[in-house]
Amino acid sequence: MSDLTGQAADSAALPIAVRPAFRLWWPGLVSGLAWAVAAAVTGLLPDHVRAPVARPLVELEGAVAILSGLFALIGPSGWYAPLARHGRRVAALGVVVAVWEVVTAKTGWLPLPFFPSPQAVLDVYRVDSARLGHSVISSLLLLFPGFGLGALSGFLAGLAMGWSPEARYWGHPVIRLLGPLPPIAWLPVALFVFPTISAASIFLIALATAFPVAVLTASGVMLVDSRLYDVGRTLGASDGFLIRTIVIPASLPHVFVGLFMGLGASFIVLIVAEMLGAKAGLGWYLQWAQGWAAYANLYAALAVMSVLFSGLTMALFAARRQALRWNRETVQW
Amino acid sequence: MVTAAAEKIVAGVSVGASVQVRAVSHAFGDAARPLPVLDDVSFDVPAGETVALLGPSGCGKSTLLRLIAGLDAPRAGRIGVDHVRVAGPDPSRLLVFQDPLLLPWRTVEANVAYGLQARGIGGGEDRVAQALRLVGLADFAGAYPHELSGGMAQRAAFARALVNHPRVLLLDEPFGKLDSLTRMTMQEELLALARRHAFTTILVTHDVEEALLLATKILVFSPRPARIIREVDNGLPFPRFRDDPAFIARRRDILIALGHGEEFAR
Repeated sequence: MSDLTGQAADSAALPIAVRPAFRLWWPGLVSGLAWAVAAAVTGLLPDHVRAPVARPLVELEGAVAILSGLFALIGPSGWYAPLARHGRRVAALGVVVAVWEVVTAKTGWLPLPFFPSPQAVLDVYRVDSARLGHSVISSLLLLFPGFGLGALSGFLAGLAMGWSPEARYWGHPVIRLLGPLPPIAWLPVALFVFPTISAASIFLIALATAFPVAVLTASGVMLVDSRLYDVGRTLGASDGFLIRTIVIPASLPHVFVGLFMGLGASFIVLIVAEMLGAKAGLGWYLQWAQGWAAYANLYAALAVMSVLFSGLTMALFAARRQALRWNRETVQW
Repeated sequence: MVTAAAEKIVAGVSVGASVQVRAVSHAFGDAARPLPVLDDVSFDVPAGETVALLGPSGCGKSTLLRLIAGLDAPRAGRIGVDHVRVAGPDPSRLLVFQDPLLLPWRTVEANVAYGLQARGIGGGEDRVAQALRLVGLADFAGAYPHELSGGMAQRAAFARALVNHPRVLLLDEPFGKLDSLTRMTMQEELLALARRHAFTTILVTHDVEEALLLATKILVFSPRPARIIREVDNGLPFPRFRDDPAFIARRRDILIALGHGEEFAR
């Protein structure tokens, strides 16, 4: 409070009211120019190789250019200020798109069908959005149950192994011997054990998630400061109460590391399982696109996967930040 | 630290218990190669008194405190509270450690409420609020431990014990990590609390002055395996002063018992 009042007194003492001077926000200007060039290259230069109609892409590039220019004039303030740190990245992306446009549609330096133009990739979202959307849903219907089951069983197994020496005695060799096996190596077994390919895929995803979660949870439990148990026991806590109020919260930072590793592994297993067995899903879509030499579809699907998977990873980070807000050492992402 | 309101509520609830330690020996390690830590230790603590266990670091004083708390069982000998054998930990005998050991994911308030929750005692909000007032942390009920200074965290640890109305308070160098001014303040506060609420206190320390300021009896231990090598009755009247000649004489006496030369013991 004293600082604030001090500041107020200072500004009141200034002889004249200061109006903020106009200052150009350079990243915005550079971005605007880059995207304007990209739009001009896309829209004005003649196509050298066959490419879908470029108009939606030109409109998109133009919109980014205009928005960037606007931000250049009004500067990075207000609700969109946090976006400002992406300014130079957006500018660089404009350059990448312009170059991509030149070396594909405009000159054909990179050969079709392997290197489609940006407008061809964009066009996939117009033409094939139904199939892509269906693939996303199919993939999530494998990923969510698989990751959920794996996270839960891995957490419970890790808790048991960390808490009870007997569980550790039996669990340790299993983790030691089976843990290093790539989960996807179980695919042939899973395919005849489970009635459907979906069930087999869910099992493999759960397996891929469960191992890192179990290992990290167990180590998290074993690292709990045993003096906290002394405190809890003298205060009258039963074993169940100790587990709920000390063991689980204390091991959560480790559990989340395990969940991150498990999530990454689950993405790999999901895509490989869909490529090898399934008739739907993003992995299947990649196979299907390759089969038809539809490389624009392939890149479009890769972009969807990237957004989807990074979104899920960010959601896990947000959950972690919420769960560990008591922890001063929690890394902020 | 002791407000009138808080005093009224806690007064008469905490009643000290007497502690009996009879021929207790203890060792770490297996039976083949035991590492002895306590060697035939016997003493009594009358109800409501404060006894200091004084000795070199690592001599086994803290182990003795754990045995009295019931966290471990002694290899030989018996420990009783009000002549009832100690069979395990119990909220009537509470430990406060050198580190506050608060649960970092709980607020100060929730940390203090831990013992009441663990035993399923409902409606503890008032007791928690009183305990926090008692240690001067009423304004920090909603703070997380990492937001507290070392002294405040240790006050919270005291509140976590006091809210359970312990009959015996076992203190393991509770002020060891505090700066000297905070330590002095909290020593005075502990004294006031112990005298007001009449709980029995067993204080492990290696600070001779702390023992002389707080305790009615001081047991001096040898290096490991710990034996009682000297028993000092400390009947100095309160308030006690560090420059009181009787205080200085006792300090000298104890330092010599601990093996420090006469030049050092001044």
